[in-house]
Amino acid sequence: MKLYEYLAKEEFRKFGIPVPPGRVAASPEDAAAAAREVGRPVAIKSQVLAGGRGKAGGIRFADTPEAAEAEARALLGTELHGHAIDRLLVEEKLRIDRELYLGVTVDGAARTPLVITSVRGGVNIEEVPEKELVKRHVDPTWGLQPYACRQVVRRLGLGGPVGRQVADILGRLYQVFRSRDAELAEINPLVVSGDRVIAADARLNVDDEAAYRHKDLPRVEEGTELERRVREIGLSYVELDGDIAVMANGAGITMATLDIIQAYGGRPANFLDAGGGASVEPMAQAVEVLVSTRPKAILINIFGGITRCDDVANALVQVRQRVGIPMPLVVRLVGTNEAQGVEILRREGITAYRSMDEAAARVVELAKGAA
Amino acid sequence: MAILVDEKTRVVVQGITGHQGAFHARQMLDYGTRVVAGVTPGKGGEEVHGVPVYETVEEAVEKHGANASAIFVPAPFARDAAFEAIDAGLRVVVIITEHIPVHDAMQVMAFGRSRGATIVGPNTFGVISPGKSKLGIMPNPIYRPGPVGIVARSGTLSYEIAANLSGAGLGQSTVVGMGGDRVVGLGFVDVLKQLERDEETRAVVLVGEIGGTAEEEAAEFIKGMTKPVVAYLAGKSAPPGKRMGHAGAIIERGRGTFESKVKALTAGGARVAGFPWEVPDLVREALGQAAG
Repeated sequence: MKLYEYLAKEEFRKFGIPVPPGRVAASPEDAAAAAREVGRPVAIKSQVLAGGRGKAGGIRFADTPEAAEAEARALLGTELHGHAIDRLLVEEKLRIDRELYLGVTVDGAARTPLVITSVRGGVNIEEVPEKELVKRHVDPTWGLQPYACRQVVRRLGLGGPVGRQVADILGRLYQVFRSRDAELAEINPLVVSGDRVIAADARLNVDDEAAYRHKDLPRVEEGTELERRVREIGLSYVELDGDIAVMANGAGITMATLDIIQAYGGRPANFLDAGGGASVEPMAQAVEVLVSTRPKAILINIFGGITRCDDVANALVQVRQRVGIPMPLVVRLVGTNEAQGVEILRREGITAYRSMDEAAARVVELAKGAA
Repeated sequence: MAILVDEKTRVVVQGITGHQGAFHARQMLDYGTRVVAGVTPGKGGEEVHGVPVYETVEEAVEKHGANASAIFVPAPFARDAAFEAIDAGLRVVVIITEHIPVHDAMQVMAFGRSRGATIVGPNTFGVISPGKSKLGIMPNPIYRPGPVGIVARSGTLSYEIAANLSGAGLGQSTVVGMGGDRVVGLGFVDVLKQLERDEETRAVVLVGEIGGTAEEEAAEFIKGMTKPVVAYLAGKSAPPGKRMGHAGAIIERGRGTFESKVKALTAGGARVAGFPWEVPDLVREALGQAAG
């Protein structure tokens, strides 16, 4: 779960990381009030989960509360990279002497947290050459000790009061990362303004699997409405731009199914992993979602291990009875309780395929025929 | 031979009294796995399928000489269960549980490393040495003993490929599921090293997918292997920035792409199959060449 900047900054503030004074506002009048509270020129920042807000015009500046109100009026209700802008962060506009980068992330290859820092902040960190990054793996048992932060700061070539502040902030950033089960905690840019060092932006992505440990955090919903609906059923769904709807069981085989459809000249409409061992009802609900998207054809590809073929067949029968399946349906069914599953479908007039190859070829043919 | 598990492996099932644990303990017993004990805190003294249940892993080790574990406990308790298994000195710890927080996984891996334990998973279908033993949730009927080692990130896709191989008369030495999470214990290179040493294994099938750099690292190792490697990768059609089911299956910032992995594996000397059903022919071809 990605947190909005203002929520991430609230967290950072709790952990003692300096952030600019300001607050979130949802109306032009409120933005003016927030600017008045700050009492200085302000930045007005769209709160959307998209990068490159500045370039896209989602960040404005105002010297007076009246100007802040006008800028807020111009932003609220519009869209940025497809995300509706309904909240703004109004905070002190910083005088920028220098922009740094601090981040803590999970390194899957090393199986440990990884600190990434650079004196080239304020730009997309992926575009900063490797030699200008200072990185350090962290043993999760001991965490990021103060000496390690000082080491990083020295390698960055920073010293004096600024260096000391950066080291302190890095230690606190690791604390946020650790305490909040984050996949990413990032300050970009960390601004040096005179003798102050302040987090001008904040990103905090919290591991969804650890959400149960962070019930005090507000839920930030991502993805399309359809993706959320299927996620509520407890299955994994990604919307794609094609016209052949797909359900398979297991992430790998679902991806492979999409690949094969594409290789045969078809266009998959979605990724839907029914998972291992899903029972009849969630599968039926998921297929209903597929039907509701009005694809040209549907492919169900099941290699039953813990998933039982008869459960899959019964789910399909239920969907037929409840809402109907008006588009062509191709089913590939092998594995646990295969004979029962195939028989249930035969009684419904559906011939199940045994091979993934033939089923994929057939669904592409049917989708093209329906065009 | 085979790697990681065989007919001598003495298994404790952690979470054996739960729905999943009980079901798969039954399947493992049916397959011939020596399930010597179960552990569920609060249920010590009970029996599941005739297997004694204990309060602690330590007791299962003392009384039955357990040396490996299959963990089925729910995610919020899985870190504790894994620490307990490692602390009790178990050699192989297979974490079947999915949805484990990534910070928990990192701590488990650090502890496992400090104790020299082999951790498989989390979010894995487990490990099977066909005809000998299995620790996991894979379907029993699809495997045959034979010369092909399989290492995979994904369960069902590896079932598909194992079934294809068995159907073509190509049995398997050991099949290892690494798990679909971002942080897992055993990686491709660890498994490849062991398969390269294993006398029974004559060819290796690697089943990978988009995301991360595990396949690229494997490709480097494959360059120095004497045994042929056939690879199949899923996710060619996946759009960047979307998490395709597995936490680790995401193309981020231009990294972890299908093309990069195919390129690396091909350069490493692996034969990369375009479709899953092409794997058996490529294996046969590779074995023929290796023999000739």
